[in-house]
Parts: sequence; structure tokens; C-alpha cells
Amino acid sequence: MLKENATTIGTPVPRIDGPYKTTGIAKYSSDHNFPGLLHAVPVCATIAKGKITGIDTAAAEAMRGVVKIYHYGNAPHLYRPIPRDARVDEARPAFEDENVYYSGQYVAVVVAETMEQARAAARAVKVSYAVEKPDNRLDLSEGLQEDGLHEANKRGDVDAAFSTGTVKIDAIYITPVETHNPMELHASVATYDSGKFVLYETTQSIVNHRTAMAQMLGVPVENVQIIMKFLGSGFGGKLWVWQHSLLAASAARDLRRPVKLVTDRRSQFTNVGHRPRTQQRLRLAATAEGKLTCIQHDYSSETSILDNVGENCGESTPFLWSTPNLRVRSSMSRRNVGTPTAMRGPGAVPGLFALESAMDELAIRLKMDPVQLRLLNEPEKDESNGLPFSSRHMKECLTLGAEKFGWAKRNPVVGSMKKPDGTILGWGIAGASWGAGRIPTSANFAFRDDGSVRIGCATQDIGTGTYTVFSQMVHHITGISMGRIEVALGDTSLPPGPLSGGSRVTGSLFPAIQDAVNAATKQLLQIAVNGVHSPFKGAKPDDLAFSEGRVYRKADSSASGVTFEEILRSANLRSAIGEGSSVASQQDPKAKGLSLHSFGAQFVEVEWDPGIARLRVSRVVTVIDGGQIINLKAATNQVEGAIVMGLGMGLLEETVYDQRYGHPVNANYADYLVATHADCPPTIDVTFLDYPDKAMSEIGARGIGEIGLAGVAPAITAAVYHASGVRVRELPVRIEDLLQPSTRKHRA
Amino acid sequence: MIDFELTRVGTPDAAIQIAAATPTAQQGATIRFIAGGTNLIDYMKLDVETPQHLVDINRIPDLAKVEKQPDGSLKIGALVRNSDLAQAPEVVAEYAVLSQALLSGASAQLRNKATTSGNLLQRTRCPYFRDLAYAECNKRTPGSGCAAIDGYHRNHAILGVSDHCIATHASDMDVALMVLDAVIHVQGTKGNRTIPIGEFYKLPGTTPHIENSLEPGDLITHVTLPALPEKTKQIYLKLRDRASYEFALASAAIVMQVQGGRMRHVRVAMGGVGTRPWRMPEAERALEGQAPEERVFRTAADAALKNARPNTDNAFKVPLAKLCMIRALTTVTNA
Ligand SMILES: Cc1cc2nc3c(=O)[nH]c(=O)nc-3n(C[C@H](O)[C@H](O)[C@H](O)COP(=O)(O)OP(=O)(O)OC[C@H]3O[C@@H](n4cnc5c(N)ncnc54)[C@H](O)[C@@H]3O)c2cc1C
Ligand code: SF4
Repeated sequence: MLKENATTIGTPVPRIDGPYKTTGIAKYSSDHNFPGLLHAVPVCATIAKGKITGIDTAAAEAMRGVVKIYHYGNAPHLYRPIPRDARVDEARPAFEDENVYYSGQYVAVVVAETMEQARAAARAVKVSYAVEKPDNRLDLSEGLQEDGLHEANKRGDVDAAFSTGTVKIDAIYITPVETHNPMELHASVATYDSGKFVLYETTQSIVNHRTAMAQMLGVPVENVQIIMKFLGSGFGGKLWVWQHSLLAASAARDLRRPVKLVTDRRSQFTNVGHRPRTQQRLRLAATAEGKLTCIQHDYSSETSILDNVGENCGESTPFLWSTPNLRVRSSMSRRNVGTPTAMRGPGAVPGLFALESAMDELAIRLKMDPVQLRLLNEPEKDESNGLPFSSRHMKECLTLGAEKFGWAKRNPVVGSMKKPDGTILGWGIAGASWGAGRIPTSANFAFRDDGSVRIGCATQDIGTGTYTVFSQMVHHITGISMGRIEVALGDTSLPPGPLSGGSRVTGSLFPAIQDAVNAATKQLLQIAVNGVHSPFKGAKPDDLAFSEGRVYRKADSSASGVTFEEILRSANLRSAIGEGSSVASQQDPKAKGLSLHSFGAQFVEVEWDPGIARLRVSRVVTVIDGGQIINLKAATNQVEGAIVMGLGMGLLEETVYDQRYGHPVNANYADYLVATHADCPPTIDVTFLDYPDKAMSEIGARGIGEIGLAGVAPAITAAVYHASGVRVRELPVRIEDLLQPSTRKHRA
Repeated sequence: MIDFELTRVGTPDAAIQIAAATPTAQQGATIRFIAGGTNLIDYMKLDVETPQHLVDINRIPDLAKVEKQPDGSLKIGALVRNSDLAQAPEVVAEYAVLSQALLSGASAQLRNKATTSGNLLQRTRCPYFRDLAYAECNKRTPGSGCAAIDGYHRNHAILGVSDHCIATHASDMDVALMVLDAVIHVQGTKGNRTIPIGEFYKLPGTTPHIENSLEPGDLITHVTLPALPEKTKQIYLKLRDRASYEFALASAAIVMQVQGGRMRHVRVAMGGVGTRPWRMPEAERALEGQAPEERVFRTAADAALKNARPNTDNAFKVPLAKLCMIRALTTVTNA
């Protein structure tokens, strides 16, 4: 339907929502205000384990502006979500009982006329506790005992293969608790009128949010509408409902007034999920030539006392490299922490830190180039299930990356690549992978009499460029210029769309949009042949075609046609509309029998100045096999951002808990270190291979929100080893690790 | 945060008159001056500082000037913003160590607000001091204990610590002021007085809540930097985990001359390692009059850290501080 050269697919199109953000017009969820709005501020537990023995609200209640204070003794009833239906990682409604399971748990919430009043009163609520000793041990080895591990994946006989292996690695790798810390705080503005809730939420999944909120509030799902137009990032932390949403909605219903609750920065570390700590044991064996004979990956991840949210560290292990013998086993270790949740590349990212670090150690033991080792162990198919990969170009990622990076010039001897100023370069590499696949999506599409079109879908743009990607796809399908395309997202009154998680949105959209456009086009052609004043009156719809915004007779050229707005006007219709949908990849015959994943390779250069123990990442070259890229600008930005986040994971980020009290010690933006601009490597070189994955859709897009983070940390630690000779198996790499063997007692 | 009264004053006298009524100018002050507010408001929001009365000194004229004095010294007003001070031509030309120290601190936004006097009086970033969830903090609640000693103390001090407090003095600016022999000018209820910066800060000892020699009503009006000898070499080197926006794990400020192959007028101080900005006379003695050689630097660093009392998480600061000093000496003497 489209002129060959007209598509914007794969080009660096600027974001259509950019001007809204740069001018401040964009309304984020907590920007919504309503007449009579009240403000809610939670009271957070100052113990990490125990029971509430009393809540004295007298002083707080007497304070100016205070409307109501809720706690377990007086709060309106709230329900748990239906298991396996709506997803809520922390299923226990706040105030369910008097128990405290983690530091910062909400124990009361103050509702007042202003935020300042609510805050002041929240400080004045006196909570007494029967305190118990919390368990915040860092060592998770209890979870790595034989009897506690659950088998997730297995082929061959790893024990036999390991015992007879020629060259072996057996090591423990540890990743710390990481906190998502998006710039925008989690927030909720709840309105309630005549039995219906309209909730402005900071969510990456409005559809799940609606289902979950309806279940927890105990109302029919149609009584809840979720709106989220702009998100200041989520990184997975905003995928599922957290308790503040419930507190706001419940108060709004009880008080019959709108309620706003904006969580504070500290709560980002306690009440809205985190990437849990993991302890992983990798056992690799290989022949003297470097052929892997076994991979064993056992891991335990920390979880909360009540929930079962673990880190799926074995996400990529079963299929990333070829090996006849493999076993992946997992467990969880309970600690007095808030419930963990998905964080960008959940499972795979910490899992690959362990697997790819072990691969690097194996290469060194084999005296083999780490790129070569990976090339040598390239699988021909997904060995975990015997299925062919839909589109795997790992070898090209490795070889192209090596070429762009200048890998051939690497001297493998530790500390050998000295610069004239005395700093030492370290070069490291790691493979990356992240799952792919479509999830069910629906959308509606309308041609309108003013010459504009509108695409609508109850998915959301979490700051990644989804609005723009919709517009590009509609443009690609219809040829209508992007300036005439309205994109409506972030409202559950639209047809249900995908959650913004797992890098699934972009890959899921195309067939549904295509289907909706087709349905609307069909209606448009029907209108064209029926309209009293239509130039095509009396023709058969089959005789007509649509492209570039015009309806025309197939026999003639499209230029001879009539614009869709003229057709609509001639029939006095506002719009021609169509609904479309697509199924999950699992139901798609084109994807059946195939293994869908994205792949990549990370090449990292560090500069190590031993004279002052200063380590900086100076260069990253990344090659991503992520299907057809839709928007080169947004995609590059996603991967560059992920690399910077990976730098943070490798060198900086760690939520530290006081071992005696269970409180996070560095729960603010100054003490929890994320990479700053000054830390960004001067060179970040991102390449997309751009092979369309036809098992995904005709357009062949997968998703690239997470893959860029995978493999960065192990490539950094590999580079650190190459520069300094110190192998760091516990993230983040700290100055003290490089100065002297770790003596930090807060470490395992 | 608790309710408080705010008075904007136009003269030092007015400020002092109000503030004189606070029972202490240390922890627990009921009346506080507010300058940039970046430190005070932070702690008020955390309920660590609970003044009932704030005296806004920002409208007092003439406190935001940097002026060369007839005797060659530099007079820096209490309200000069850190960012302005770092760029002041006299500072860039003659006191480069101060400019470098200021620019390495905090973030551009904070430096735009932060003032000379506020920076001098900034309080520690000890996480236990900041968080009322911990009952033990001798600095916050005298006699309550110290949660840091057996807790997480990676960024705590290794010099000047006591069994009662190991909190680091976190300023960068003040480390530079130590090697510049700055003098703090105070106007109080009993008139004006001057305090050399070396005598301004108290060691924690058994009273970590008493941090400096200010009395109720005392207003810092300005700081003077004596003229330096000819052709000094200066450096501020700050080591930390990330490249920006982080307090020092170790930092070194150095001023010296190199004459005829010998180091003279050597001034060395370190940040990130002491319970106050830490001047290092042992190192200065080891360097003074010597040729700038690595062996000498090493001896000086060893001497300076000889009395370090590290704990577990911060043990690495001892070798790190030595590296920091040696590198700073190497760089400055090569310059
Ligand atoms: C996130 C963060 C990171 C930071 N990082 C660094 C860093 O890396 N390096 C660094 O050096 N600093 C750092 N700082 C500290 C910063 O330098 C201080 O907050 C700032 O210098 C304080 O200045 P102010 O004018 O805002 O002080 P205020 O907050 O206004 O005052 C601080 C104290 O000084 C008192 N005071 C102010 N003026 C006078 C006066 N004239 N006479 C008597 N008393 C007075 C006040 O009463 C108050 O007790 C950081 C701060 C933050 C918040
Ligand atoms: S180190 Fe000092 S400030 Fe920190 S907890 Fe101990 S007494 Fe308080």
C-alpha cells in the first residue's frame, strides 16, 4: 500500500511527544489536580520485623488540616488480588494486620488538606512496636543447598560431565539489591464518583493495574479506569500495583474526595520493589579445545517474607551457548525486605553477569580469546527445546563488535595495555540475550472527516517512544503523514493493549494495528460505494483500493483518487472505524516451533589508574540483534541508556541494608550511586543488525528496551580483570576490591 | 519538619540579637541562621535539625563580596555562593586549590545555592545521623551511642575518631581552607573575633554534638585568606566511586613552593578521612625542605596516616588516602 521510499521504519524519527516534555505541557500522573483534592502521606515502619502494639493518632489528628488517619485498626477493608489473574508482587494489602515484615512498610496513612499538613501529621503519629530481630543476612548460601534447589532446566548429566571435564570453572557470583529509582516518584491520584474510580497512576501496565485495583478494592472491573499519559520511567518498578495506589483509591472512596499520594524517595527503596540480591554458582567444564561440556547454574535470590518473587537468573543459560549437559536450579531465601520485583532485564541481567563472567574465566583458563570461546560454542538451535531460533545472529554480533572495537589489537596479558600516562586499559566482552515474543494486543483505528486519523490502544508510553512508534507504524501502513496521526494511549477505556515490560510492546503492536487499519479501510470503502454523493457510488468495494490517504479505482492510479476525508464528508460521517487485534506468539502459526530471542555482544574498555585506584569505563561498543528497528533514534537511546545503567550496575549501584536493623542505609539519590553524566563513557557505539524477525510480524520488530543492559556488567568485570588482574565476582566493583582483598563486613 | 518562624534580617546586629536566644549554637539549636539552606533544610526535613526560628541572613548587604585587602589577603563574604567563589578571578589566579575543591563538591545546582559560611558549617552525611529510625547517635542525641561503629561505615573517618563518633567531615572547600590558613571572622554578642580555621573545628571526643567553637548568636561574617608566598603550586585531588556528585572517599589539598629543587612552605590537608578537615603536620614535616621524590612522598603519606584508626568497611581508606596524597604530591610538583 505504501510507496517504497516513504516509510520511516528504521530511521531516526524525533519523538512526537518531545515538545510536550520539553515545554512542560506533558501531564504526568501526579500533575493531575482536582477541586477538593486531598493529600495522603504514609507513615512507614521504623522497624523491619515485629508487631504494631499501638498507634496513637491523637496528636496528629488534632493538627491543622488533617482529615483522616487510617491504619490497620480502622482502615476500610481491602482484598488481595486473585492469584495468577492480576499481578501484584506485594499481595498483602497494607493494614491487613498488625504485622511488620520489612523496614518502611506502611503502617498508617494521613490524609490532609495539603501535602505539608499531611507530612507533618504523619511525623506526629506515634506507633509502638514489639520489635523482633529482622533477618537481613547477605549470605544466601542456605538457598544453594542441594535439598533446597528446584530444577528449572536440564539436559544430559552435568555431574558426570563436570567430574570428567578437562578445564573447569566453579565459582560463586553475587549481585546486590538494586533499586530502580526512576526520576519520577511512584504516585497515585485517585478520584471516585458514583461508584466509579478514575485513577491517575504511575504504571507501566494500565490494563493489569485496572484488573488488580478492581480486585483489591472489591469492585467490578468496569468501575475502574486507569489513566497514565506520561511516565518518568519505570525500569520494571512500575509494572505492578504497589500499596500506595490502594491507599489513595480507598481513601478517595471513603472520603468522597480526590486523593493524591506521591511517595517519597526513601519509599522507592522499600515499598515499590527492587531487584533482589542473588547468589549464583556456576560450574562450567570444557574440552582442552574449548568446547563446553557442561553448564550448571544454581542460584538463590532473596525475596520477602510473604511473597514469592524471585530473580529468574537462568533466563538465558539454557540456550545461550551450546553444551550437551546442562542443569539450572533455583531457590529463594527469605529476608525482611520489601517485596522484590522485575527490574530491567529481570533474571537475565544478573544471570548473565554470572554466566558470562564464568565464560570469561573459562577462556582465561583455556588461554583462549573470549570472543573465540563464544564463537566456538555457538549453538545451531535452541538446545533447551530443540527448536530452531527464529532469527539468531550472535556470531555476527561478536565478529562485527570485535571489528568495530579493534579487538584484534588486544594483548591478553593482564595489565599489559598501558597508556603513556600510566593508566592501564582493560578490554572485556560478554554476550547478551533477552527474550522476545508478542503478547495479545488490540487497537482501534479511525479515519476522520478532518483528514486526521487516530490510533488507540490501552498500552502506554513509559518514556521510551511508544507514541512515536505507533505513529510510524500507522504511517508505514497507510502512508498518511505522521502530522495527521493522533496516537491515543494510556487510558483503559481504549482497547486492551500490552504492558510495557519484557521489551514486548513494539514487537506486539504491528499486527494489531494492521488489523485495525484494515478493518477501518474496509468500512471506508463500504462508505465510498454507498455514499449518496460519493464519486464511487455504485462501485464494488473490491474494485477500490486505498493508499496514501486516497481511495481510488484499482484500475486507475492512486493520484486519481479521492481523499478519505472527502469520502467521509460526502456521507456526513465523522469517521470510519475499525478494531483490530493480534494473538500471542504462542498462538501464532508463524512463530510455532521457533525459539524467539534477541542477542547481542558488549565490548567494554576500562581505564584503570592503579596509582589512585581509579576505574572508569572509557568505551563501549554494542552490537544488538534485535529484529527490525522501528525508530533508530529511540532504539539507540534505549541501548545507550541501558549501557549507562549497566555501568551503574557494574561499578556503583547497591542498596545497603543495616544488618542489625534491616533499614536501607543509602535510601536517597545522593548516597545510592547511579551513574552521572560525568561517568558516561566518552564513546558509546551502538549498532543494530536490523534483521527482521518474521516470526514476530511482517515488519519483524522485536524489542530493545532491556537487551542493552544484558552483558554490560560481566564485560566490565572482564575488562577490570584484564586491566588489574582482580576478578570481581560480587557487584558492584568497588575501589576496595581493587586495593586489597575485600574486607567489607557487609559483604557475604 | 516542624513549624518554624522565619525572620528576614538586614543587618548583622539584627541577626545576632535574635540568634543570641538559642541555648546552643550546636546540635539542638532552637534558632538557626539560614544561608543557602542546602544543608539546613535537608536536615530539617529529616527532623535532625528542629529549629523553631530561622533567621534569613541573605539580605544582609556586603556579605556576598570577594575583596582583595590592602595587606594582600583575600576577604570572602559569608554569603558568597560556592559557584561564584570558585570562579572569582582572585581565587582562580591565587588560590587555585580552593577553586578546584569547590568545583569538585556537590553538584552545580547545589553549588549555586551553597555559601561560604554554610559550607563551613555543613554537617556530616553519616546515614545514622540522618535517620531518626536509629536511636543511637551521639551527635544527634548525646549519650545515645553510635550506630555507625558496628554498622555500615564505609564512608566514615579514620582520623580523629573516638569511641563516641566516627563521622566524617564531608566538606571539600574546608580542606582547601586548611592549607590556605584561612581565618574565620565572627561577630557575636560580645563583639568581633577571629578564629584560625585550624582551631575552629572540635574533635568528637566524648562530645560529638559539639562541632565547632561557635556560641549562641555568633554570625560568621567572612573568611580571610592570608597572602601566599610567591609562586606556590597548588592542587586539590578528590577520589570517589563515581566521577561527580559524591563526597570524597579521600581527597588531598596541597600548597607548596619548589625552590632550588626543594619543597618549601608545604601545606597538606586531607578530606574524606577525618572527623574534621584534616591538616597533616607530620606529612608537612616529612616534605619540608626535601627534594620532590616518590620516596619522600611515600614517607610523608605513611607519617600522615600513622595514627589512622580504621574500622572494617573503611579500612581501605588508609591505603587509598596514601595513594591520594602521593598522587597529589607527584602531580603538583611536576606542574
Ligand atoms: C546531595 C548533596 C551533596 C553534597 N556534596 C558535597 C560535596 O561533595 N562536597 C562538599 O564539600 N559539600 C557537599 N555538599 C554540602 C554542601 O556543600 C553544603 O550543603 C553547603 O555548602 C551548605 O551551604 P548553605 O549555604 O546551603 O548552608 P545552609 O544550609 O544555609 O546552612 C548550614 C549551616 O550553617 C549555618 N550558617 C549558615 N550561614 C551562617 C553564618 N553566616 N553564620 C553562622 N552560621 C551560619 C546554618 O545555620 C546551618 O546550621 C553536598 C550537599 C548535598 C545536599
Ligand atoms: S558516627 Fe557520629 S554521627 Fe554517625 S552515628 Fe555515630 S555518633 Fe552519630
